Amino acid sequence: MPPVTEQAAGAIQTSLGTPTLPAIIFFLIIVAITLAITYWAAKRTKTTKEFYAAGRSVSAFQNGLALSGDYMSAASFLGIAGMVALKGYDGMIYAVGWLVGWPALMFLIAEPLRNLGKFTFADVVAFRLKQTPVRIASAIGGILTVLFYTIAQMVGSGNLIKLMFGLPYEYAEIMVGAIMLAYVLFGGMLATTWVQIIKAVMLLCGVSVMMLMVLAKFNFNPGDLYAAVAAQYGQTALEPGGLITSPIDAISLGLALMFGLLGLPHILQRFFTVPDAKAARISVLYATGFIGYFYIIIPIVGFGAAALVGREVITSIDKGGNMAAPLLAEVLGGTPFLGFIAAVAFATILAVVAGLTLAAASSFSHDIYVHVIRKGTATEQEEVRASKIATLMFGVVAVGLGILFKGQNVAFMVGLAFAIACSANFPALILSIFWKKFTTAGAVWAILTGAFLAVGLIIISPTVWVDVFKNPKGSELFALKNPAIVSMTASFLVGYIVSLLTKDETAEQKFEDEKLRTYLGVGAE
Amino acid sequence: MQKDVHSLLESSEFKSLVTKRAKISIMLTLLLFVSYYGFVLLVGYDKPFLAQKLNETTATTLGIPLAVSVILASWLLTVIYVVWANTIYDPEVKRLRAKLFGK
Repeated sequence: MPPVTEQAAGAIQTSLGTPTLPAIIFFLIIVAITLAITYWAAKRTKTTKEFYAAGRSVSAFQNGLALSGDYMSAASFLGIAGMVALKGYDGMIYAVGWLVGWPALMFLIAEPLRNLGKFTFADVVAFRLKQTPVRIASAIGGILTVLFYTIAQMVGSGNLIKLMFGLPYEYAEIMVGAIMLAYVLFGGMLATTWVQIIKAVMLLCGVSVMMLMVLAKFNFNPGDLYAAVAAQYGQTALEPGGLITSPIDAISLGLALMFGLLGLPHILQRFFTVPDAKAARISVLYATGFIGYFYIIIPIVGFGAAALVGREVITSIDKGGNMAAPLLAEVLGGTPFLGFIAAVAFATILAVVAGLTLAAASSFSHDIYVHVIRKGTATEQEEVRASKIATLMFGVVAVGLGILFKGQNVAFMVGLAFAIACSANFPALILSIFWKKFTTAGAVWAILTGAFLAVGLIIISPTVWVDVFKNPKGSELFALKNPAIVSMTASFLVGYIVSLLTKDETAEQKFEDEKLRTYLGVGAE
Repeated sequence: MQKDVHSLLESSEFKSLVTKRAKISIMLTLLLFVSYYGFVLLVGYDKPFLAQKLNETTATTLGIPLAVSVILASWLLTVIYVVWANTIYDPEVKRLRAKLFGK
């Protein structure tokens, strides 16, 4: 039997919440390295191709890591470890859902996206449709997705930094905003990519070390770890519990997670940084490997926290369980290891917010400013300047919204971002790639239907109606916690019907060129 | 050139390339659906099945290795796709491109 850990848990003295020397040193090292990279990248970021797409110079392996960096947020690292620690097996079910979009991304759109696009996913949707309406609609879908995702990240980061370093919430917001703006503004996609790579490597290494240290306490046998958890919290910790009560709810959430990935602008933009379709494909292979590995070992960290730290201690620091992993790090490796993990979590936040900001700025400058306002006549210099102004504006807005939503329950916003992504962006994207008769009106209506239905339905669903607005349980007007199954289906249907009712001859004529580019890469940028 | 493009797109070789790609994409996506949504439905409808212990002496439930295998299976599907694309799709694309530009 593994050692009984009750007394360790009872006697825990944590330095969480105070800025310890190791934490500050690790934090400063990360900031110094990433800013040095930004300085290096800034000299290589002059043109639009360099700003939005790192000059298409990123290798498949690098992009695989950067995709993982963009996707593995602090919420999934700290949140899922906490969920497994407190709820046991249910957390593991949740973790699986976060991976399954990646193969779908590879099978359905990774290569066509790379072949057809230039800087944003709207390039692909608008490839053979009328620029102005489709760009505006795509930008609405894309920016809404990024905005909700960003609010969730900013509010989460303020809370986490406060919990870990004891820094006041507002300062934390401003600090995150200022550092990530430095990356994006000066270093563009190249700096952002390297920040993602560094963060992904640090996160994967940190969590791996943590997993090995946990397993070392249990004779390197996961079975012994599970036995210890079952001994402390009962066999139910290893059994499915209350997470999935209604299968249709679970399927709807599963659809949002799977196809939402295929509509996340900051993920899609990464495919324009690699040289060709083959590199795009292989980068997803790497990303799926890294992210899959991450979600396989995170539950071991979560169970380890339950066994070695104890659920009571974890909830006494943070009710949601977000501090399970940092507390475990402290038990395993003392203050230095805690400092390292806290710094990794901080780097994770910076990297994800930087990726989101770049995606939002690209949509403003490339889709709205260049294609809608200037009708495609802006010069290289004007576009780069517009993208930097957009970056600065979005960064300020992100910090402002982060402060505005302080103390609010914003956990639903990640689910909402995925719901909009899969209902607004994904249907229009895939229909415009593969369906000859898709028309401009069809695309606009599909996007708007998906976006507004996703937002509207989630407001009257238990997620917001009951959990956020505090209406009585059962008073919700829409039963599903995530609307994807309804809003995504509706978007496809509306896109299909409107396209059949309208005619877009130029779009049909251009389909041959599009096909040549989709399948053979002829003319790809 | 435009005429060549048209005849290439209408050629049986190009059409079979498109069909092949559609077939493999749809097949792998379906397998992904079966493995993931199968798992979700199992959690929804047959919790006792997942809650059963692997053997007499362990606390480990069947659900744990099953969850891990859904992740592994997803990754294996991407490996299958990449191997297919590298060995069958890419050479075909190269051949068709050469036909269009090379003569």
